[in-house]
Parts: sequence; C-alpha cells; structure tokens
Amino acid sequence: MRNVFLFIRRFSNFLLFFVLQVVSIYLIYQYNTYHNAIGSVAMNEVTGRVNEQYNRVDNYIGLKKENDKLRAQNERLLNAMRSSFENPDTATALVADTIPYDTLGNKRKWLYQSAKVVSNSVTSPANFIVINRGSNQWVEKGEGVVDTNDGVIGIVTDVSSNFAVVMSMLHKDSKITAILKNDPASGGLVIWDGKEPNYLSLINVRKSAKAKKGDTVLASPITATFPTGMMIGTIDEIKPDVSTNTFLIKVKSTANFYNLQYAFAIKNYQRAEVDSLLEKAKTSINKQP
Amino acid sequence: MTVLVKNILRFIILILIQAFVLDKIHLHQMVTPYIYFLFIIWMPFSIGRGWQMILAFILGYTLDSFRHHPGFHAAASVLIAYFRPFLINLLIPQEGADTNYEEPSARSMGGLLPYMTYAGLLTLLHHSWLFFLEALEFGNFWYFIIKTLLSTVITLCLIFIAELMFSRKQKFKTNTA
Repeated sequence: MRNVFLFIRRFSNFLLFFVLQVVSIYLIYQYNTYHNAIGSVAMNEVTGRVNEQYNRVDNYIGLKKENDKLRAQNERLLNAMRSSFENPDTATALVADTIPYDTLGNKRKWLYQSAKVVSNSVTSPANFIVINRGSNQWVEKGEGVVDTNDGVIGIVTDVSSNFAVVMSMLHKDSKITAILKNDPASGGLVIWDGKEPNYLSLINVRKSAKAKKGDTVLASPITATFPTGMMIGTIDEIKPDVSTNTFLIKVKSTANFYNLQYAFAIKNYQRAEVDSLLEKAKTSINKQP
Repeated sequence: MTVLVKNILRFIILILIQAFVLDKIHLHQMVTPYIYFLFIIWMPFSIGRGWQMILAFILGYTLDSFRHHPGFHAAASVLIAYFRPFLINLLIPQEGADTNYEEPSARSMGGLLPYMTYAGLLTLLHHSWLFFLEALEFGNFWYFIIKTLLSTVITLCLIFIAELMFSRKQKFKTNTA
C-alpha cells in the first residue's frame, strides 16, 4: 500500500496530465450532435452574452449590405402577397398571423422566426452559428435555419433559454438532404469536406440525373426541416465518379457564410405529429409476430 | 499590478483576441493563427506544475466554449503546460535564473535565441497535437503536416510581434537584498 502512495506521489504530475488529457479527449468524442456537451448549456448562455456584445459593434460593418438584402426580400414578399393579385371571387382580404388556423381554416405548417446571428465561424472543421433566440422564444432542436435570401445555413442542435446553437452546413457532421430543381426526382446528400468555406459537396446523385453546371440545388421538402424552395446553392463543378454510379458535385452555397447577420429559424408545426405517427407505425410493425 | 491581477487580465484579453479577432480571420485553409496560449508561455516560473496544467485546461476549455466543440484546445493546452517545465530546465542558461526572474522572456532566458526556441517548440507541440486531434476526425496526413508547419510559422510571427509590442520590464530579484 505504501508503495502505491509513493508511486502516486512520485508521478502525480504525470497522472494529472494523463487525467486532463483523457478528460479532453473524452469531451471531443462524447460530443454528439444530438446531445448536449457537458456544461454546454451554461457555457452557451455565457458565451452567447459575450458574443452579443461583440455583435453590436460588428453589425455596423455589414449594415448596408444587409439592408440591401432585406429590401430585396421585402420586394419578393410584397409581390407574393395576396393583395398583389386580383381576386375575382367575393372573398375578403386575408390576414396572416401566427395562430395555427387562418380564417379559411388552413392549418399553419411553417413559422418563420427571425433572429440575429451573434456568433459564427468558418475557420474550424466543425463550425457552429449562434442565434439570439432560444427556448424562451420557442426555438426547438431540429429546426432548419435559413438566411435572408432563403439560403440554407444549418440546423438547430442545441437550445438554451435565450440562445440557440446551429450546426452550420460547414460542419463535418452536417448532412442535409437535397434535390435538384430541374430534376426533383433525383437528389442526394449535401456534406462538407472541411476545406473551403462556401463550397459544399453533393453526393449520392445517380448518373441518370439531369444535372449540369449552374443548376440550382434545393433543400429537400420531403424532410420535416425545410419548406419548399429553400436554396442550398448552385452547382459549380460536376464530374462522374469512375468507381460508382454517382456524380461528384461541388456546390457553391447560396448563403455567404463569411457574412451572416440575420437568419430565420423555421418551425414546423406538424413535425411532432408526423414523428409520433412514424414512431407508432414502427412499434406496431415490430410488435407483429 | 500584482502578478495575479496581471495574469487574470492576460487570460481575458488573450481569449477575447483569439475568439473575436483571430478566429474571424480566414487567411487560408492551411493557416490558422493562434495566440491565446501565450498565457501559458508567459506564466510565472513560481506556479506549481499541477496548477499550470489545471490553468491550461481552464484556458483551453474557455476557448472551446466559444467554438462550441469542447476538448481540442483543452487537450493541446494541457500538453504544452506539461512540457513547459522540462523545456525551461533545458534552455535556461545559469543556475537560479528562474528564481531571479518572474516569468520567461528573452531577458530571463538569456537572449532571444533560447527564448524563441522555447516559444517555437511549445507552439509546434501545441499545433501538432491540436491538428492531429482534428485530423483524426477527418483529413489526411499531408494536410495535417502542412497545416501544422504553416500555422506554426504564422503563430511564431504573432508571438514575436506581441513580444515587441508589449515589452515586459522584468526586475532582477535577488535573495540577498
């Protein structure tokens, strides 16, 4: 026993070093995109506050560009409004609000929640974006996030009371299902190879798909995360993969990840219902002998 | 300013510079500049080895929190804090210099060459361990080697500039006085 204590005393520094290394490496590998890292909610709140202060200053620099973007978006929205179309029947004006049913009994599916980007990075292989809207403002895990031009940015992975962490598309674990606008039947998976910000890879697209340079890539509307027409990017380079039946496609992202200022988290009101239904179907199938 | 206050200020300022200035710069995919571990390089001689590692862990974990993926910088910081005393023992010129001066600098280590060797080796260690852990997650061998070497060069330039900008006047302490 005495020898054990002597040993510990003698190598205490090395043991401490070893323990701290193991803790660090454990932190790296236990970090799972769907679970909170240890202490991350508390740290999230702290770093979120610091980031918000920094962001106040940073915002002034991109103000003009952001203004132009918002103006373009306003124009698009005004054109899409019901009042810009002539209505031949006797229906009166529609009022859009955030309650789940509008006056015609249509059920609301998507809700856009505007938020400010308080922190963003492009330099690491695992980039995250923080937005200043959290569980107190009804943001939930799994919501899709787009920029002001409807360009996909990422998916919410972690929520604290006033901030939400978004896994950027520029993250090695980010996988977003995509379709081609010209050929909606074929699609693939958008991932990031960790090399160049703003350039993504689209994989698993069959060689039979009609794809060419300059084509638009959209987020798949079949998944419960993004509504129809959310752009991921345009095809920048396309070449057939010799060994498989698929294309290797390089996509230039619509969102400019160097300069994100405002974003929309998109809530899907039907998600919970669809998910529970799927879950029920799966368990009932498993139960059958 | 006492040693404690000075080091606390250093900690905060270096973390802020790293998180809000250097991490926003995107020079090239192969080059990522780091300066925050200057805190470990400049730590006083008198701190115990265990405490050096614990402080380094806190430093790394704080930076990791800003990047939302904990572990990488904590591991690299702890590694250089562990090797720091060995390097100091090797490179310091005469007996007792580490008790006569407060912290490592060109003056206390007897010239710019030993000091930059000390800083350079720690930087190389830090970067290779950090990028190695990142490369395990993805990336290939050459990417790792080239990124380590190029980033080390840029970081050393930054450390040299920081050294020139903030000259730390260190008094010679004697036991006899």
